[in-house]
Amino acid sequence: MSNHEQHETSHRPVQRKEMSRRQFLSYTLGGTTAFMMGGAVLPMVRFAADPLLKKKGESAYVKVVEESKITNEPQEFKFKIHQVDGWYESEPELVAWISKNQQGEVFALSPVCKHLGCTIAWNTKGKNEYDCPCHDARYSKDGKNITVANTPLDEYDVMIDQGFIYLGAIKPNTRV
Amino acid sequence: MFKNVYNWIDERLDITPLWRDVADHEVPEHVNPAHHFSAFVYCFGGLTFFITVIQILSGMFLTMYYVPDIINAYASVDFLQHQVAFGQIVRGMHHFGASLVIVMMFLHTLRVFFTGSYKAPREMNWVVGMLIFFIMLGLGFTGYLLPWDNKAYYATKVGVEIAASVPYIGSYIADFLYGGDIVGAQTLTRFFAIHVFFLPGALIAMLAAHFLMIRKQGISGPL
Repeated sequence: MSNHEQHETSHRPVQRKEMSRRQFLSYTLGGTTAFMMGGAVLPMVRFAADPLLKKKGESAYVKVVEESKITNEPQEFKFKIHQVDGWYESEPELVAWISKNQQGEVFALSPVCKHLGCTIAWNTKGKNEYDCPCHDARYSKDGKNITVANTPLDEYDVMIDQGFIYLGAIKPNTRV
Repeated sequence: MFKNVYNWIDERLDITPLWRDVADHEVPEHVNPAHHFSAFVYCFGGLTFFITVIQILSGMFLTMYYVPDIINAYASVDFLQHQVAFGQIVRGMHHFGASLVIVMMFLHTLRVFFTGSYKAPREMNWVVGMLIFFIMLGLGFTGYLLPWDNKAYYATKVGVEIAASVPYIGSYIADFLYGGDIVGAQTLTRFFAIHVFFLPGALIAMLAAHFLMIRKQGISGPL
């Protein structure tokens, strides 16, 4: 390359591919600020969202009654579960309506009405149905919603061990 | 005496233009009930703010006695209402003010809607107003749980179940609000924090934006 040519190129404005000082500074400062803000905000977000990420406690089976006491006619049984609510532990009492079907299969229904959460009971009106005292919702023996409520009664997980009925988690009705 | 104090500060800090800027502005004739009585409909926004201020103040005082804990919450509310002097009044202000603020806000929204005040160039103020509306509903929802009575418990249970019916993310919203598996100790502390710190903070920011915009753009013209 001759001297002459070199002279020509130096007249053109300098084309640089790298970023300007201003850009560099704003990226660095912006990045640092974002990092520091993240350091402050992330722990708080994780703190607030902890219940979402905690594993749900597996509900243990609770011994309720001897299998021999279960009849075709639903009966009400009360039992206590161990409940952990944050820093409080308690033993609330739950209710289940337990009966056998024609095949002798035992099943347990939750007494919480699926309409608005009142407590249902078996055969209070003499129609061999579960009746809700609040808005006259009715359910069949299997918990099928006959009127008012939109969904069937919830069901307990049932386990039978050495002649005793154990009840576990509440799940949506599997019988209807 | 007060004038001297004011002058002494004003000489040093020149505070007169500051409050003049905020307080000194003309109320147009068409929004002044002294000119046209029917212009009282323009007062609902100001009334909403007035009641909001009462809510913030009475709420601050209620926290002097209230405890957000499942064993003690109901007892502390019972105590502050029945044992503390003027407790019934302070809690009454907060209780009835909560309903009133929703009513006033709704009337204000109707006024803005029927006078067409949401139209350009004030669309952003309508959007901010809607955000304020939802923040207020959130304050009502979270505050309702705090007395920890049966009504509070079931209202929250039903409310969270409604939130849980949102497609896809519903169960996450419910878990976030419950803070546990049931409406319990962690739900109460959560709702307390949201009611007393998070939502009021957001509310004040939104109100500031609401007022700045209306001062900048001026109130909309007569119908």
